[in-house]
Amino acid sequence: MSQDTLFDKVWDLHKVSSLPGGSDQIFIGLHLIHEVTSPQAFGALKDKKLKVKFPDRTVATVDHIVPTDNQRRPFKDNLAEQMIETLEKNCLEHKIKFFNIGSGNQGIVHVVAPELGLTQPGMTIACGDSHTSTHGAFGSIAFGIGTSQVRDVLATQTLAMNKLKVRQIWCDNKLSKGVFAKDLVLHIINKLGVKAGVGFAYEFAGPAIHELSMEERMTICNMSIEGGARCGYINPDEKTFSYIKNKLYAPKNEHWDRALRWWESLKSDENSIYDDVIKLDASKVEPTVTWGITPGQSISINQQIPLLDELSPNDKLVAEEAYEYMSFKPGQLIKDTPVDVCFIGSCTNGRISDLRVAAKVLKGKKVSKNVKAFAVPGSEKVATEAKQEGLDQIFKDSGFQWREPGCSMCLAMNSDKLIGNQVSASSSNRNFKGRQGSPSGRTLLMSPAMVAAAAINGKVSDVREFIN
Amino acid sequence: MKSEFTPPIGKISNMNGKCISLIGNDIDTDRIIPARFLKCVNFDSLGESVFEDDRRTLKGKHPFDLEENKNASILVVNSNFGCGSSREHAPQALMRWGIKAIIGESFADIFYSNCIAIGIPCFTLPKKSIEEIQNYCDNQSLLLEIDLKNSLAKSKDLNFNLEIKESSRKMFLSGEWDATSTLLDNKNLIDNKFNQLPYIKFNTNFL
Repeated sequence: MSQDTLFDKVWDLHKVSSLPGGSDQIFIGLHLIHEVTSPQAFGALKDKKLKVKFPDRTVATVDHIVPTDNQRRPFKDNLAEQMIETLEKNCLEHKIKFFNIGSGNQGIVHVVAPELGLTQPGMTIACGDSHTSTHGAFGSIAFGIGTSQVRDVLATQTLAMNKLKVRQIWCDNKLSKGVFAKDLVLHIINKLGVKAGVGFAYEFAGPAIHELSMEERMTICNMSIEGGARCGYINPDEKTFSYIKNKLYAPKNEHWDRALRWWESLKSDENSIYDDVIKLDASKVEPTVTWGITPGQSISINQQIPLLDELSPNDKLVAEEAYEYMSFKPGQLIKDTPVDVCFIGSCTNGRISDLRVAAKVLKGKKVSKNVKAFAVPGSEKVATEAKQEGLDQIFKDSGFQWREPGCSMCLAMNSDKLIGNQVSASSSNRNFKGRQGSPSGRTLLMSPAMVAAAAINGKVSDVREFIN
Repeated sequence: MKSEFTPPIGKISNMNGKCISLIGNDIDTDRIIPARFLKCVNFDSLGESVFEDDRRTLKGKHPFDLEENKNASILVVNSNFGCGSSREHAPQALMRWGIKAIIGESFADIFYSNCIAIGIPCFTLPKKSIEEIQNYCDNQSLLLEIDLKNSLAKSKDLNFNLEIKESSRKMFLSGEWDATSTLLDNKNLIDNKFNQLPYIKFNTNFL
């Protein structure tokens, strides 16, 4: 059992009681909600005649269902309109702060909370969304929950949970040029498998992680769940603190000093005990692309899609399903695979640094005429910043569509969808069957820079050929 | 889909029913209920859309469409079932179709906690035993009697010692899987915790 890790410290700090069944009752410091997984929770509160216990500890925004082409109200999609209206009504009734469209602070919930300074080290953070693990990049313990648990957090500010084990993933050296956090996390998931993290929190550590910017760290923690780990985190450091400083909801003046003193004390001890430790060499990671139907089915840009015989017995069943669904032949190169749609956005890679790196690749170039390409900023703040830097113009000049903020084609709950068996190069997090809105649509996950390169060439390409 | 749905309530200890086998590893919650069906403000109509895209692709040959699986209530799956999105809509859709318990090689964490929170016990068995059940189901229907207290599954031909997390087992037997009131019992402890947390004090401008 782990001891003296950041996870242990934050868990113990937030433990309210041991429940009769043996699980722990954990206090949730920050609760984030959105329109998809909260309406039934508010409905349940009403049925049980309960109130929101700490309305100030819950923050709402709208992201999954928002259209990205025209956000005028009422939305064209009646169901989407009904969902945003329900959230507006619930927030008003229960006095919950809601960052609505046009507030300047709306966006994907996992982009918004960090950029507002709501996400802070040492907190427990829950949200009815599996990518809540993103917030672990700040040294918080953050995890996704379902709607009944959203109800419990609203009603009690606590959850009944079993403590997770802790696996440290130590990344030596540093990433090479043209290789990004997305490549590293895809590599980690490929090496460990999509279910290795079940029952674990992942602590990402080592020189390669230390080197990453806060936004890159968010990309890593965001995808912990794709490796099965509900929670992923990184010990906070100077980069963490300076990212938070001066954000809208960051502690100010003397409170900042107190916060900083506490945050500096928050990290896994040098002699802390982990349930498991994995070491890997980040300098060996190359631009990585998924070829299959799970985020674990990835290869380096110059590799061939694995033969069935090269896979472990447990991976064969899904591999066979993937060859068929993706119409790929074992042994085929992934490079030069034609793509129809290119998508840059999502809670994994829809932040300003993601747009900057993609714009750098796109500057002065044109998107292939066979490709529909669009960029969806992660939040209104990201969109504003991008416009100030002229990035939107670079995207538009290259032939990308520049859209309004939202989750968009990561999960296709709005009108941004693949059609038929189109292939997309996507900076999002899931390549599941049907994920991007068409039951036969095919998704290749990669870094935003790689998506930009694929857009220009109309096929899967090595971004390193663009940035030298 | 069963026409009259009543959600489980209170203590859960025995489940008797016909098994439905669904073969495949890493079956994610997008497949259980595609995102377009999440555009709803209640869970009521999800049962009919469970595995919608997989079922459409298989044109009537999906296990959830086969005549022999009609009225089945115990789902038998392979490893990492329910991975991906945290959408509770997935177990809600299964439950509204008629599933009352799931036996699998392994489950994704968030899916598992969602199942507990809505009253669907999830049991694990070794791969070999799951395959034994799935092969059996290929040829004939399997009626299982699950005794949660003793973690046993019995049938005419097959018997298994099921595994389930001890905390989950206790919560089902006591009815505390519906956690809200148990959590609220500790109202004073919750308030104390709130007052003790360092960051509550220095986030004075927090909303």
